[in-house]
Amino acid sequence: MADPKFVYVLRLADTCLTHSQRLSEWAGHAPVLEEDLALSNIALDLLGQARALLTHAGQLEGAGRDEDQLAFLREERDYRNVVLVELPNAAGSPSDGGGGRDFALTTLRNAAVASWLELLYERLQASTDTELAGIAAKSLKEVRYHRQHSSDWVVRLGDGTPTSQARMQAALNVLWPYFNELFAADGVDGVGPAWRELEPEWRARWAALTQEATLTLPRDSAMQPRGIDGIHSEHMGHMLGTMQHLQRTYPAGVW
Amino acid sequence: MNLDSARAKLATVPDPEIPAVSLVELGIVRELRETASGVEVVLTPTYSGCPATELIADDVRAALAEFGDVTVTMQRAPAWSTDWITPEGREKLQQYGIVPPQCSGEQAIRIVPRLRCPRCDSSSTQQLSRFGSTACKSTWRCIECLEPFEYFKPI
Repeated sequence: MADPKFVYVLRLADTCLTHSQRLSEWAGHAPVLEEDLALSNIALDLLGQARALLTHAGQLEGAGRDEDQLAFLREERDYRNVVLVELPNAAGSPSDGGGGRDFALTTLRNAAVASWLELLYERLQASTDTELAGIAAKSLKEVRYHRQHSSDWVVRLGDGTPTSQARMQAALNVLWPYFNELFAADGVDGVGPAWRELEPEWRARWAALTQEATLTLPRDSAMQPRGIDGIHSEHMGHMLGTMQHLQRTYPAGVW
Repeated sequence: MNLDSARAKLATVPDPEIPAVSLVELGIVRELRETASGVEVVLTPTYSGCPATELIADDVRAALAEFGDVTVTMQRAPAWSTDWITPEGREKLQQYGIVPPQCSGEQAIRIVPRLRCPRCDSSSTQQLSRFGSTACKSTWRCIECLEPFEYFKPI
């Protein structure tokens, strides 16, 4: 049985890592140069957060695994990220913007995850795990910019043309059931809160944002994805294939 | 060993991405202390994913090599803030064409400041993107002289 603290940190670390990996697929493909820079910078921040969290998870585990071993040498079932962030950038989207990337879906997911990370990091600053508290205080400054940036886009596109509005609404309809998992993980006393504690505030912020963006919240879904227990979607293995390719091809390779 | 000369040497190490300012002026050097076999430098990384972090550690090690073994320690807490950029650092950023932070890192980021163009001093400027060529900057342009410029985001 894995140490609950290790699992708690790993769930957050893997969520940052996977989210970063999907965002980095936009590099060189965003609709405008400024957005290409923004998505790459957000991906980079999240990767930095994932590195710090994975390093810390490895220390908690005490089995001698470092950030690289955790990031690149685990099997699919050992990843504990929420399914939401592993979905392809055009998952289920009726209007794939080309090359498997839908900017509406990416933007909406960014806003939802950034808002969630902001609430979680705010609380983790008070963790009795001082290393985790330090990572949270640093990361909080970064995700505030992510949340603000992506929220602005949600409003701009949602309250935009009929086409952009329809695409944002379609993205919301696709992603909505997956948001449930953001509130599914258990807490660890003193270390970090149960994720469900974030739900009321997240929902209030999300309702305000989507209202401003003239989007309609879908009916709540009973779907309960369990990426946090290692049960992933069919997309995860493909994503890992890309992400782990270099380290698997050249084992123990270093920069 | 002369810690003062090590400190003077450290003050000459530029930031690899914004070479106009030194690491000391950028406010990422927390401490410099003597060890049994050389010196230890404590640094605070700017952004979690800043790709220059490893390069900065290498540059510090190279610059201080004459003082013996150089240990570079990264200290994450308290988190780095743009409030730690020195007055000299702010002046150099401005001269270099990067507008320094206009408010404290703790202040609400909702407020988009009214910036003056670092080239022509016009206040008729516009934010193009909240992100820029590096994680720490946003992209702006001047409506008067039409030149693009960057703003060092408060954090």
